[in-house]
Amino acid sequence: MSEKSPLTVLDRPNSYIGQSVPRSGARRLLQGRGTYVDDMTLPRMVHVAFCRSPFAHARIGAIDTEAARATAGVIRVVTGRELAEYCTPWIGILTHLRGLKSAPQHAIAVDRACWQGEAVAAVVAQTRSQAEDAAESIEIDYRELAVVADMETALEDGTPLIHPDLGDNLCFQREVDIGDVDKAFAEAHCVVEETFNFGRHTGVCLEARAILADYNPADKHLTVYLSAQAPHMMKNLYAKHFGLNEDNIRVICKDVGGSFGIKVHVYPDEMAAVALSIMLKRPVKFIADRLESFVTDIHARDHRVKARMAVNKDGKFTAIELDDLTGVGPYSVYPRTSGIEANQVVNLTGGTYTIENYRARARVVFTNKNVMCQYRAVGHPVACAVGEGLVDAAARALNMDPVEIRRRNLIPDDAYPYTYATGLVYEKLSHHQCLDKILAMMDYDGLRREQAEYRDKGVYRGIGVASMIELTNPSPAFYGVGGAFISSQEGCTIRLDHTGGITCAVGVTEQGQGSDAVIAQVAATAVGVPLENVRVISGDTDVVPYGGGTWASRAAGIGGEAALRAGKALRENILEIAGVILQADAAALDIRDGAVVDAVNGAERMPLSEIGRIVYFRGDTLPNDVQPELVVTRHYVPKAFPFAFTNGFEAFHVEVDIDTGFVTLLKCWVVDDCGTIINPMLVDEQIRGGVVQGIGGALYEECLYDERGQYLNATMADYLVPMAGEMPDIEVGHVETPTQDSELGAKGVGEAGTTGAPAAIMNAINDALQPIGGHITDMPFTPERILKALGKV
Amino acid sequence: MSATFMLSLSVNGEDITRAIDPRRNLVDFLREDLQLTGTHVGCEHGACGACTVRVNGEIIRGCLMLAAQAEGAKVETIEGVSDSGEIADLQKAFHERNALQCGFCTPGMLLTAADFLKSDPGTGRDRIRAYISGNYCRCTGYQAIVDAIEAVGRERGDPPS
Repeated sequence: MSEKSPLTVLDRPNSYIGQSVPRSGARRLLQGRGTYVDDMTLPRMVHVAFCRSPFAHARIGAIDTEAARATAGVIRVVTGRELAEYCTPWIGILTHLRGLKSAPQHAIAVDRACWQGEAVAAVVAQTRSQAEDAAESIEIDYRELAVVADMETALEDGTPLIHPDLGDNLCFQREVDIGDVDKAFAEAHCVVEETFNFGRHTGVCLEARAILADYNPADKHLTVYLSAQAPHMMKNLYAKHFGLNEDNIRVICKDVGGSFGIKVHVYPDEMAAVALSIMLKRPVKFIADRLESFVTDIHARDHRVKARMAVNKDGKFTAIELDDLTGVGPYSVYPRTSGIEANQVVNLTGGTYTIENYRARARVVFTNKNVMCQYRAVGHPVACAVGEGLVDAAARALNMDPVEIRRRNLIPDDAYPYTYATGLVYEKLSHHQCLDKILAMMDYDGLRREQAEYRDKGVYRGIGVASMIELTNPSPAFYGVGGAFISSQEGCTIRLDHTGGITCAVGVTEQGQGSDAVIAQVAATAVGVPLENVRVISGDTDVVPYGGGTWASRAAGIGGEAALRAGKALRENILEIAGVILQADAAALDIRDGAVVDAVNGAERMPLSEIGRIVYFRGDTLPNDVQPELVVTRHYVPKAFPFAFTNGFEAFHVEVDIDTGFVTLLKCWVVDDCGTIINPMLVDEQIRGGVVQGIGGALYEECLYDERGQYLNATMADYLVPMAGEMPDIEVGHVETPTQDSELGAKGVGEAGTTGAPAAIMNAINDALQPIGGHITDMPFTPERILKALGKV
Repeated sequence: MSATFMLSLSVNGEDITRAIDPRRNLVDFLREDLQLTGTHVGCEHGACGACTVRVNGEIIRGCLMLAAQAEGAKVETIEGVSDSGEIADLQKAFHERNALQCGFCTPGMLLTAADFLKSDPGTGRDRIRAYISGNYCRCTGYQAIVDAIEAVGRERGDPPS
């Protein structure tokens, strides 16, 4: 497109930006013709099953593998010590999280198991069932050690040290003290104080973790088929821990059956599968079963936050002080660490308001439970519920409407750029616009009137709102500066095929969100071709530009901008050659609907397939000094801000049965501002899916451990997840404030729904219970806990 | 290990005879012996619905049924009902409404939805939600799935002229 054009790339004549186009990649999934890792079979492929520690903490004595080795189909039985010859241990630290420490972790435990479920031995056999049969016959002489099960006492004198070499059970601590907190509390009109508990829960991807490692000793080449979100990160780590040349490693992520942050970490059993492939010189498959998923997929949340807020008589918030404690299991997870969630709680709490005095302490402690790390909306639901819970407490204390008190404290829409007390920099947010919109969508005043009528009839309905921010499009400030090889930049290689079709290769990955689809929409728009002529390749490190993958709501904003830049550059190149062929000024031409046209009147000059024919097959007809370049690559890394924050509001209408403690979700509303919306349908579905995961944490999901560190509900029948019958319809609205850091202007949207749901549900339940004196801040809000809050059990 | 069992059955209209391990469950038989990988394994204890297939016209959990129990039965999987075009309208509606994200639950969800529409073409959203409440979807939040099934129920009840 010529620079003289009045059109921006977003409103080109055949723009797909803002169109709810169905995902083309969904068709194969609808016919059961996707390729998840477990669908793949390679020649000479064998299967691994693990023998896992039944104890939360135990010394590993003699391991008797004789019976296992004699079992039908068994190829090899290995212990941690043998496997350590092939895979070096890792330590999950980042240098920018100062003081964060952890201990070396092995693919298979050596000498000591530190949580129930940690792999202690592995069996490779012709089939998975043979491997499992043999694993059951391994006899291990365990000596139980004292268990640190309670995070509250993990730092006390007398509590055993999980890693004596570290000196204590403290993984990470962060303290901030901004402004004059003591003065603000001393001068406050009122102080509200709450203790919030957030249950430990997990991702429950329907496709469990899966890996197929294929080491070819002839050329020392490793191919790994992985159900994962960050293939380049894994490629680097395989090189590092298996002593391989990184250039000889290929990681391929085909269809991924859900991830949500679960599949972006190093898992010991997956590393063991790679080691076994190297050891046995043949493909090794490991598919976690559901029990293994529950006991080894990372867990999240499990925070106890004591918090208080100072408020003046007009309802202005003047200070927040909080103390966060979280128990993350025996190791900080590699390579992203287990310190990020608590760090986010410190950064984000109260972050939608003009609070100037802020003090926080977060302590991350080791325990003998499964490891914890980053899961969808990392820290956000905790920070949001703490802040919004305090806000509702303040409204109650001042007898003020919860919406009105928010209006008085939200950062004004004209105050940007704005720096929050904790140092977060917001480019431009739209809290007040979002609030106005959601109130209109939900008919807030009407709901309040209806609520009063129902209360008169003995029906307890509640309305809860929550303002929220979401960290998206992270710059290198997130991980790169801490020394991890986790890329923040993205590239897109785009080519014109001789057919006139476009092929894009991108570093961001697809796990069902629709990242391939939005890349296609952006590329189609930028080049000027019909969407059906665009193909997107992702998830293969041999094929795509170096990239970070998909996490922290970065695919559309960062990958999309790379695709936009690549598409524009390809259009320039195509028009240059079209100008030569047509003997026209390239600036007077454009590409629309797959054809070169006159920019002024849109008259077709030649289809792109004709350019392809000439360039690829009849280059002899072009002038000697013309060399067409129909493949281009462009990159993008966010630089202007550490993160592109999005904002929004979430609201729930609930009914609480005060006799049974059951909560019925009547309706949910969300208004989100994620900047430029590339595909409204996909954005809305990201929000809805995110909300429902947030509902899970608020009402149902909790990994329950006993005092010996035994996981009590590690089955899908016992660990409750949201099912269709209990879910409400979710109405979604938008405000669009594009980021100026990119031409596309898109921010992320994958985690907003999850962020606000627990806060809004908590506030709605407490609103319902207020007339009868009930109050609850321990998630999940089970019927039992609600009845306890009402003094009924 | 006990002796093998000779299993004969019809799968997606094809007559199949295979020697199987008697403990083989139906979903593993379909996936591993017949390479019909469209049927998925989510929990292996009947909770999630990802392994839903049709046996003699009824939807069942492939992880809770032994393959040997399907002796002589007529089994249909997502591959079969896709190729026959039987659920093409449901697949189209799911596609148009993005009623799937990762797609792992989708084959089971579609077979369950087809069963609902066969047994209860009424289109009440609460009835749809109740009927699919044995099929776990972690991605969508279910609303788009309910929308898609509701739309197909309406179309089938009142086909466009």
